[in-house]
Amino acid sequence: MKQSTPARASATAFINARLLDPATSLDTPGGVLIRDGLIADVGPHLRRSPPAEINIVDCHGHLLAPGLIDCQVFTGEPGDERRETLATAANAAAAGGITTIVVMPDTDPVIDQAAHVAFLQRRARETALVHVAVMAAMTRNLEGRAITEFGLLKRAGAVAFTNGTSSIASTRVMHNALLYAKDFDALIVHHTQDPELSQGAAMNAGDTASRLGLPSVDKMAETIVLERDIRLAQATGGLYHAATLSCRESLDVIRAAKKRGLKVTCGVSINNLTLNENDIGPYRTDFKLWPPLRHEEDRLAMVEGVADGTVDIIVSGHEPQVSAMKRRPFEEAAAGAIGLETLLSAALRLHYGNEEVPLAILWKALSATPAKLLGLPGGSLAVGQPADLVLVDLGAPWVVNPAQFHSRSRNTAFDGSKMQGRVLRTVVAGRTVYPFPSSDR
Amino acid sequence: MFRRRHLLTCEGLTTQEIIWLLDLADGYTAREEYTGVLRGRTLMPLFDVPSPTLLASFEQAAKRLGAGIADIGSTAAHHGLSLIETATFLNAVRPDFLVVRHRCAGAAELISHNLDCAIINAGDGAHQHPAQALHDALTIRRMMGRVESLVVAICADFIHSSAAHSNIDVLNALGARIRLIAPSTLLPPNATRYGEVFTDMRAGVKDADVILMLDVEPERMQGSEIPSPAEYRHFFRLDDDKLGKTKPDALVLQNRVDGDDTATGSTVSRDATCDAHARLETGVAVRMAVLEALAAAMPSP
Repeated sequence: MKQSTPARASATAFINARLLDPATSLDTPGGVLIRDGLIADVGPHLRRSPPAEINIVDCHGHLLAPGLIDCQVFTGEPGDERRETLATAANAAAAGGITTIVVMPDTDPVIDQAAHVAFLQRRARETALVHVAVMAAMTRNLEGRAITEFGLLKRAGAVAFTNGTSSIASTRVMHNALLYAKDFDALIVHHTQDPELSQGAAMNAGDTASRLGLPSVDKMAETIVLERDIRLAQATGGLYHAATLSCRESLDVIRAAKKRGLKVTCGVSINNLTLNENDIGPYRTDFKLWPPLRHEEDRLAMVEGVADGTVDIIVSGHEPQVSAMKRRPFEEAAAGAIGLETLLSAALRLHYGNEEVPLAILWKALSATPAKLLGLPGGSLAVGQPADLVLVDLGAPWVVNPAQFHSRSRNTAFDGSKMQGRVLRTVVAGRTVYPFPSSDR
Repeated sequence: MFRRRHLLTCEGLTTQEIIWLLDLADGYTAREEYTGVLRGRTLMPLFDVPSPTLLASFEQAAKRLGAGIADIGSTAAHHGLSLIETATFLNAVRPDFLVVRHRCAGAAELISHNLDCAIINAGDGAHQHPAQALHDALTIRRMMGRVESLVVAICADFIHSSAAHSNIDVLNALGARIRLIAPSTLLPPNATRYGEVFTDMRAGVKDADVILMLDVEPERMQGSEIPSPAEYRHFFRLDDDKLGKTKPDALVLQNRVDGDDTATGSTVSRDATCDAHARLETGVAVRMAVLEALAAAMPSP
């Protein structure tokens, strides 16, 4: 049988770059050699003088780092493709320097069966420019009552289990989920928000809510559920990750738990690191988010949590909504904002702004730790890792214009914002996916 | 010797008592007649939870020893009487043995304080099921020649199963090395006190001498302890693939002998699996021994 000769896998060298890799404590001028989609060599010796007969990409001194891994991305596929498909989310991710997106199970149907995971993976292979990992539902139909088939779902490729935007009200269900998940080394990722306290709430409780006359929820709704969960994680030994925390009190709980030696982790949405409740201004629904934007003091506490390592990962919380869902009275508008294309630049604000968070710490929370947490490849420039890279011009200024976004929805919380730092190139498994390959346009 | 008024639990039975009962049971043969032993005695079943095979086993044992059966207890239990009311009613009939199977733990114990007859616990909720455990122990002893120092892997629901608790007590008393195999949600928090704990069945059955598959009802706990019967079977069904890890001469015991594999979901095609007919005979013999031992402590009829 005659087989077509495979094109000889070509090698590419990225030279003259500033290499940044928190996973290997690397921050040095140098270069990366890519072969067969993997990192074949890395280091200062590749700054110049590449081996002959390979493709050369001169990085002109710009930052070359592991591509970002975004652990919380909502799409509308399957069921509500007007909001977002895997393909459009992947395009937005590529433009934002994100090489892996972890999609949430809040779709129609809910991703609560092994066959659904397989479906998403196939759709991703066929349509998405970046890696797509699937987080499965932890309860059937996200109803919070019956746990899903963790064992079979994990076999199908689910990287973790979550109830998406809803919180588990039943302590018993949460207990059994953590206990059962332990047998499969499965991670439970939970959005902590007491469903009763937050019923009908549109924003964070406080002066702003009073002034605007909006129904609100106190931040303790987040901390109460978190405290319960930590207690259950301790009792069961289950692996637990608090998806998106947003206030000082919650971080105190995480700090104390980590101090006791518990293997709990937590994440924060980029929105809660860069925005506060005052941004809502005159009922601007693009700032209706979940968790809600908090007081400036809480925002500062979250930034401090990132800087001191209490917060393990930063997510975009990308949640596309069609404009009809946002052009409503604040109370009735859908929550959420897109974030794939602004995640990196918004995070860099924490580096350039008064907070002065070191670049390596930000990158760790955006790449290395997400990879470790979910057991994903990538997140490092180490030899043998997939060549998932992002090349960034850290100094380039730009103004956010939603009309230029690649996401199918436009509900950004950064419309018109001035940013510093822009993605020049995104590489997934050795292949440049941004600027977009012409065949895909 | 075994000198007790009731058989309520295996907890606290001495090794000597258990061996004495097993030896007594081992002495019976299917053909012989022992009708003199319990002549004039009456056995009454009180089954709140139906189990036709278990009932038949006790009735067969009683008949072989010459006792009569008064099957009105179950009827009473199903007419809305409380357990104490039922017991008081039954006391008027003056049975010698009351075989109690009830959904609530401690039911047999409660009745023993209210009735004058010998109470045999045939499964009370998630507590104990002593005769079943003696039955399994004798089967193991007959098939393997001994129980002591054998590695016995029990795959069960250790939260809800009465048989599992009794098996652990009896096998521990006889010196077996016990392994518990179940998902964490079906294990008590202190499971390691009872044996070596495995949540991975392959590891649990590896190099075991005996594999004891007890009934699990995944249908009953969908979504709470177990997500679905399909997932439970995938990871805890005893199939030839998982059996590949065991010794070639390992003994496999399954409670369901009628070919209905929905409970354990087992699909085993191994010759070493114990002969069903022999097991039923062993079960009758063990129950005969229990009845005879309890009768020995009674005044003459």
